[in-house]
Amino acid sequence: MDLVLVNLIDGLVTGLLLFMLSAGLTLIFSMMGVLNFAHASFYMLGAYFAYQISTYMGFWMGLLIAPIIVGIAGAGIERYGLRKVHQYGHVPELIFTFGLALLIEEVVQFIWGKSQMPYEPPEILQFTLFSISGNAIPAYKVFMIFVSIAIFLALLYVLTRTRVGMVIQAALSYPKTVEALGHNVPLVFMGVFGVGTALAGLAGVIAGPVLGTFPGMAFLLGSIVFVTIVIGGLGSLWGALVASLLIGWITTFAASYNVAMADVLIALGFEQPVDLSESAWRDLWSLTLPQIGPILPYLLMVLILVFRPYGLFGKRDV
Amino acid sequence: MSDTASNNGTAQRGGSRLGAATPWIVSIVILAIIPFVFTSNSAITIMNQMAITIVFALAYNMLLGQGGMLSFGHAVYMGVGGFMCVHIMNYVEDYSLPLPLPVLPLFGGLFGLGLATIVGSFSTRKAGTVFAMISLGVGELIAACSVIIVAFFGGEEGVSGDRTYGLPFFGIEFLHQIEVYYLIAFWLLLSALLMFLYSRTPIGRMANAVRDNPERAEFLGYSARWVRFFSFCASGFFAGIAGGLFAINYEILTEENLNLVQSGSILLITFLGGVGYFFGPIIGAVVFTLLQTVLSLETELWQLYVGALFVATVMYFPGGLAGILMMHMPAIRMGKAGLLVMPYIKTVLPAIIGTLGLAALIETIFHIRHAATGDEEMTLFWTTFNSHSVLPWLVMILVTVTGYWLTRRNLPELRRAWHEANTIDGSPS
Amino acid sequence: MRITTRIGVSSVLALAISAGAAFAENIKIAFIDPLSGPFASTGTNGLNQYEFAAQYLVNDKGGVLDGDMFEIVGFDNKISPKESLIQLQVAIDQGIRYIVQGNSSGVANALTEAIEKHNRRNPDSRVLFLNYSAVDPALTNDKCNFWHFRFDANADIKMDALTDVIAQSDDITKVYIIGQDYSFGKAVASAAVEMLGEKRPDIEIVGNELHPIGKVKDFTPYARKIVASEANAVITGNWGSDMLGLGKAVIENGYTGPIFNYYAGSDGITAAFGESGKGILMQVSEGKLNPPEEKALEYFTAFREKYPESDVSQPRITNVIEMLAKAIDQAGTADDVVAVANALEGMEHDSIWGGKVFIRPQDHQAIQDVHILAHTNEGVQIDLDNSEFGPVAVNTVEMAAMDSATTCKMKRP
Repeated sequence: MDLVLVNLIDGLVTGLLLFMLSAGLTLIFSMMGVLNFAHASFYMLGAYFAYQISTYMGFWMGLLIAPIIVGIAGAGIERYGLRKVHQYGHVPELIFTFGLALLIEEVVQFIWGKSQMPYEPPEILQFTLFSISGNAIPAYKVFMIFVSIAIFLALLYVLTRTRVGMVIQAALSYPKTVEALGHNVPLVFMGVFGVGTALAGLAGVIAGPVLGTFPGMAFLLGSIVFVTIVIGGLGSLWGALVASLLIGWITTFAASYNVAMADVLIALGFEQPVDLSESAWRDLWSLTLPQIGPILPYLLMVLILVFRPYGLFGKRDV
Repeated sequence: MSDTASNNGTAQRGGSRLGAATPWIVSIVILAIIPFVFTSNSAITIMNQMAITIVFALAYNMLLGQGGMLSFGHAVYMGVGGFMCVHIMNYVEDYSLPLPLPVLPLFGGLFGLGLATIVGSFSTRKAGTVFAMISLGVGELIAACSVIIVAFFGGEEGVSGDRTYGLPFFGIEFLHQIEVYYLIAFWLLLSALLMFLYSRTPIGRMANAVRDNPERAEFLGYSARWVRFFSFCASGFFAGIAGGLFAINYEILTEENLNLVQSGSILLITFLGGVGYFFGPIIGAVVFTLLQTVLSLETELWQLYVGALFVATVMYFPGGLAGILMMHMPAIRMGKAGLLVMPYIKTVLPAIIGTLGLAALIETIFHIRHAATGDEEMTLFWTTFNSHSVLPWLVMILVTVTGYWLTRRNLPELRRAWHEANTIDGSPS
Repeated sequence: MRITTRIGVSSVLALAISAGAAFAENIKIAFIDPLSGPFASTGTNGLNQYEFAAQYLVNDKGGVLDGDMFEIVGFDNKISPKESLIQLQVAIDQGIRYIVQGNSSGVANALTEAIEKHNRRNPDSRVLFLNYSAVDPALTNDKCNFWHFRFDANADIKMDALTDVIAQSDDITKVYIIGQDYSFGKAVASAAVEMLGEKRPDIEIVGNELHPIGKVKDFTPYARKIVASEANAVITGNWGSDMLGLGKAVIENGYTGPIFNYYAGSDGITAAFGESGKGILMQVSEGKLNPPEEKALEYFTAFREKYPESDVSQPRITNVIEMLAKAIDQAGTADDVVAVANALEGMEHDSIWGGKVFIRPQDHQAIQDVHILAHTNEGVQIDLDNSEFGPVAVNTVEMAAMDSATTCKMKRP
């Protein structure tokens, strides 16, 4: 029972981290129709920038400055890259971000090399806040939870209570009409892209110390972010939150419990073959839940797309 | 009167048929003689790799270019076809079955088709993002299975076979690369021709229609979903053939044949070559294979250059390399292409030199950062120099800046010439 | 402009002449490993070590035979089996007869099969495969062939040494085994279960599991399970970011026992663990870096002078170079690889890292001392990642697994 609580907290951390990435992406996607493949690359850039800043000015300045730099870089790429490609249609746009992801990874390797960076949480957060039956909950994780929740509340406030938020919401559903009303939709696009990438950068800043800062970190997270927003439903902030937490908990619990396929099969009334190594089904019999944990979100996504193509909270087709 | 007209018509049609066959005849001749030009085994290995990539890229373009369907997991159809072929190869060896090696790719194609039929039955219901994301999910699932289902996929070591234990085919045992080359070249021609003919059939034409305007296609009485489904199956079939060829050439298939990296690179290859033209993916496959195998021998930074080339292509030439070539067709038809030669030399040549200078700068920075202490000598473009001294830097910066400056200066001239070459004589410009 | 042209022309000429002189007597060795992509740091580091070993241990001492020099040629295989086979063909076409490779047993497996086929089909251009790092036991058992030599201790030998050490330590009662879900991770797990069962049947194995390779973003759930199982020793075959992620999560979660591992060193991992891994990380490996032999320290000092950013992370590379040089000298030729292979078989060699290396003729597996190396900053003369941390030998099993069985049925030409 205690372990369940610990896993709930761990899953919450993973889920909220995912949310910070998917929140920006879902806005970008539903507004501009672009599956931004480079989104996780901005997350990586955030971690690297913050590491570089933290070597000179400490962790907290990194936390403050790095997301801003990433956001500016993101807005710049939208303005001078994506907008140019926009006229050719959605597929070239998508492929542009695909190439951009490759390029960013190469540039990061060129500048910082290919090894892990020794990026650490700040000294004052390196202690155990509390433990649940021997399982330590580091203060840094609690800090991550608070940062993510603060971001969520701020986003929610901006989107539902401010004028800018209203324009964004309107542009989500009826971009043409909003433009006709005299709003500068390209500027809104650029702003949303900048803020979205800044959020991804922020996620990188706070995730870098715990999940590792290395050139493969973007690829590791890459496609799971799309899975999140597709499951949640496009353009829905709540959907992104629910899907992120769902995926966070699914992967955490799947990794924690060694449910073996053999037990399931026996419970279903199948008989275990005597000599497993000769059986064609040996891999099925030796399968355990942790082995397939990381691919469960993909399975969930395929099922959702087949049966409910607009996701959990979406209002229109993906 | 009418007689002559119809005669004329036949003659013309005959002529155009000959015209249509010309590229194919040229391809056959090129494929036949190229091993005599590049005789080394490694060149043949690289050409084999190219041919396999071409088949796969053409198959992929049946979806992307002709059907407008973006797939992020197409490697699995090639991979599964290839895995089946290796298994069949091993069966043939174990049970001495009378199955000659050259027909093996057909089985790869059939299994690729089978898998595509299953997946396509639910993934092609919608186009656009739904299709793309399902393909991503299915691709990821099957790639993950490859390390879990060891009995079939062999884990990360993969499954290997031996092509030479099968029956000799007219006395050919496929011991040598050159024999394998001709086998692959044959399948390349055959599948390219079939794919080309497919694009001319009503169903191939309907794929274009559904890509451009699914609603209108539905009004005409065609089910957009079935059209997509057929394209998807056909593409899976040819991807499977590519997998079979891979199995014959490398005699091993591993997890890398299924994973997202492979699926992503075929997307890049196809787009780089140009999705709008049938021959686009061919150019893409040739260029990319050369970059991957030859450029990577020269520099560790090859992926950086490929990434930059790719982003530049998407930004400035969304039609891909084939698009660039075809842009010149009107001028050539009007016989005014000659007008472009001088402006091109004046702009493109400095641009290339400037780019090489920039690449040299990047390489030198990389060398300074990563080479051994005391190892200040480096060799670039057949020139050895000291990367820590000032002169090479000055030369490189000078070359880069001058190159790009010349390009910029001569660009208006090229624009004028372009306009001139594409304007019909006599019409007011 | 004219001056630069003249400089260019003269340097090209100079290059051509020097190249002509250099190529005449060089014995080329193809290094086929990742030089780009996610594993490039390991590959580049390995290439540096080879180039230095060839220069320092062979060329500076007058080369082999009548002054022939070793030349290492790097080929980037992008850690892909397919690319490795292409690069192998390119290397063979360049007249190279010696192939070294180490990263990934999957690649080694593809290469050893391809080389076997190539040597059978093309007897005039046979090549030798000197595997310096791929430790899948199958390569010197079921899949062994005459052309393949392994200079690292394989996974079973390392586990043999490791379990010998665990067997002696009485405070270890509960062991948790965790690894990546592929052939090597499985080999480590099954060897650990089998050998612990033989040597210390009283030890309880409280966990034995595999996680997907390279796909786990956060190892915290695994760390929770390990702590909850009250294990007082962890055994893992993880490498790269999977090793770092697992180790960091486990330590962060309050685990204080030893983590016995195969690959927790260098490529930024040593630096990233730093103080937190001290007294916890125990690596099983050949090559005693600390305390160093006198020769070894000299070698290391010279290496760092040349490559300040690189590590001597794979000490066995010096054995590969020295033993190949010896074998070529003994065979009296570098072109007849069968003679060289015969000279390598059964060769005994004094490693600069101390101890002997012996190539077992029946399976071409190198038998050598295997050490348990603790990650620490005390008494470290040869450090990794320039972090002042490095591995110090705390236990040594001499000539580990000398008499272990092999299923290899070697076919000789």
